[in-house]
Amino acid sequence: MATRKTSEPFWWLLFAAGGMVAALLVPVHLLVHGLAVPLGWTSISHARMLALAGHPLVKLYLFALIALPLYHWAHRFRFILEDLGLRGLRTPIAILCYGAAVLGTVATLWVLWQI
Amino acid sequence: MTEETMTLEVTRYRPGHDREPRTQSFTVPYRTDWVVLDALNHIKDRIDGTLSYRWSCRMGVCGSCGMMVNGVPKLTCAAFLRDYRPGPIRVEPLANFPVIRDLVIALDDFMEKLRRVKPWIIRAVEKPVSDGEYLQTPAQLDAYKQFSMCINCMLCYAACPVYGLEPAFLGPAAIALAYRYNLDSRDEGYRLREPVLSEAVGVWECTFVGECSVVCPKGVDPAAAIQRSKLAGATDWLLSMIMPWAGRR
Ligand code: SF4
Ligand code: FES
Repeated sequence: MATRKTSEPFWWLLFAAGGMVAALLVPVHLLVHGLAVPLGWTSISHARMLALAGHPLVKLYLFALIALPLYHWAHRFRFILEDLGLRGLRTPIAILCYGAAVLGTVATLWVLWQI
Repeated sequence: MTEETMTLEVTRYRPGHDREPRTQSFTVPYRTDWVVLDALNHIKDRIDGTLSYRWSCRMGVCGSCGMMVNGVPKLTCAAFLRDYRPGPIRVEPLANFPVIRDLVIALDDFMEKLRRVKPWIIRAVEKPVSDGEYLQTPAQLDAYKQFSMCINCMLCYAACPVYGLEPAFLGPAAIALAYRYNLDSRDEGYRLREPVLSEAVGVWECTFVGECSVVCPKGVDPAAAIQRSKLAGATDWLLSMIMPWAGRR
């Protein structure tokens, strides 16, 4: 119990930040990279995008854009499972959910590193 | 013309006597201006005097007549029969609480939680009465007014699935009340309430279901109080991480 008491605000802050990103920024990218470019409404060459993604500030932005929503998902999904009545498994569920988000974060770092 | 009637399916239960709750049907006259509480009073006066339930003001103020009406927590003095035509109407004790008898539930857990959040104005130093009142501007009143409208009807606890699963959860109304005093410009008790709110079974237990605010008859919006208390708690936590030497507010 004691550890839950101290770690909850940390995960909640990541959840809140991830929620902001997911609500405000992700739709923009879905529109641009999910619709506008593939449907040919606008064209950005792969080389240009790659060059853009290589900039350190853009990398930082991409990192926040990709990693933070993972924690939003993890927190939400953990609570959904708990609300479904799996409260006996709280600790393993928390480890699994946040663990997945941490893995995703590491993967994001790795991919961004490669660019 | 025969008189129009409506059927109420009422939960009856005497712990210690009955093995389990049972449902009893009563037929009552239908009146457009009758609420479920009127129908219960009719049953108690004319049909079965042993039916037990709580009520007092009959006007949505005392908060004592909360029951499950067709599975939804309602003030029975504000639930009109006409909205449940043609019926039958299922009347059960508030969910998530132990039953004392029939529709009467035990309040002890809620009362204990209310006391724990110290829902009164706390001053570091109380000024003498001769110094006059603590004055407040309309804006300072508006800051907490909504959260002060709570009538302790506990509908929000009956609606909260988290409270149903984790009875230790401080719960919507108690958190809303704590928040109400934290927002009061006359109050200085934030530090004293904070440990209760920031417990694992305090605000952090909430999983943003939001049903509390849906069923609240007074527009208190306890869900907002909980989320904003989380933000305050998380900010406190962050500050304590960045500046462990600084005393938190
Ligand atoms: S917050 Fe609303 S639903 Fe909850 S006890 Fe107060 S008035 Fe009732
Ligand atoms: S009887 Fe008082 S609120 Fe319903």
